[in-house]
Amino acid sequence: MMRDYLMHLADNALIMGHRLSEWCGHGPILEVDMALANIALDQVGAARSFYQYAAELDGNGATEDTYPYTRDVREFRNILLCELPNGDFADTIARSLFFDAYQFLFYTALQGSSDERLRAIATKSLKEVTYHQRFSSEWTVRLGDGTAESKQKMQKAIDNLWDYTGEMFAPSATEKAMLASGIGVDIASLRSAWEDHIRATLEEATLAYPLRKEGAWFQQGGKTGIHTEYMGFILTELQYLQKSYPGAEW
Amino acid sequence: MWRLARTFVLVQNKFGMSNKEWPLWEVFVRSKAGLDHKHVGSLHASDATMAIEMARDVYTRRQEGISIWVVESAHIHASNPDDAGSFFDPSNDKVYRHPTFYDLPDELKHM
Repeated sequence: MMRDYLMHLADNALIMGHRLSEWCGHGPILEVDMALANIALDQVGAARSFYQYAAELDGNGATEDTYPYTRDVREFRNILLCELPNGDFADTIARSLFFDAYQFLFYTALQGSSDERLRAIATKSLKEVTYHQRFSSEWTVRLGDGTAESKQKMQKAIDNLWDYTGEMFAPSATEKAMLASGIGVDIASLRSAWEDHIRATLEEATLAYPLRKEGAWFQQGGKTGIHTEYMGFILTELQYLQKSYPGAEW
Repeated sequence: MWRLARTFVLVQNKFGMSNKEWPLWEVFVRSKAGLDHKHVGSLHASDATMAIEMARDVYTRRQEGISIWVVESAHIHASNPDDAGSFFDPSNDKVYRHPTFYDLPDELKHM
């Protein structure tokens, strides 16, 4: 259970970081290019911490590289939102807005975990995510309250990605078990604070908050290994070197 | 709201023509407490908030700083290089203006 939980936390960070790293060299301006690369590195760094912990628990010669490089799609536990394509800049900002707000609340709560190692990772990551959230919220407001074109693109991105946010607050069997054992976070309880932040940000951005009925349908599956078609393409690139040259190092 | 609306406002340049360039900002970073802010470079940003955040990403990635100042480059007035002779040369032969006769404690590192 603990291992499955660690994979979920690590995979969320790794796949989000990988997607953001795809912006490197393609950012709208140099400064934003560097900011996105910084955030990508923060995420990959957090993923490493979780993978290292899992490797210590697993033993048998496992290392932090074992998990990202040798597992297949169905073994990854990240939420679908993280693996969605970057799209245009507004799509990326909307995805980050939703995810950063979630991670901020999640790591804040994880600081109360009964597991000392997870508490330490949460405290370190929280500082980084505080900045990520500031970056994505700020850009949401700038684009929403910008030109007619930027506003239209930002609103479209918010609406398109909205159905992927429900998965963040729907606990899997693993998450329920980890919560019961005092290690995991009660993710369902994070929802109202998350909605408050998103609502306030969209309001400042003069954007419409997507309205859904209580208990409306949402996209899910990543937490149990049922991924979108995009995930296989991500792993093809991410794992290419290890698959072509197993055990390669530099 | 004004700072947000400004993000995409067209900037008038000195020829009265408008373009979509963001104004230039000079960035100053204090590397540690007790030291002064030093000029490290410049960047384009639509307002001070964005300039500080971008400066954080561009100039403090390797633990270079604990504090950032930004100022719009247009607000800096510089001395004219042609005046260098009359401005600076007269102090060449006035060594008595240097307080070189004090013994400084070793703990004072940044005098």
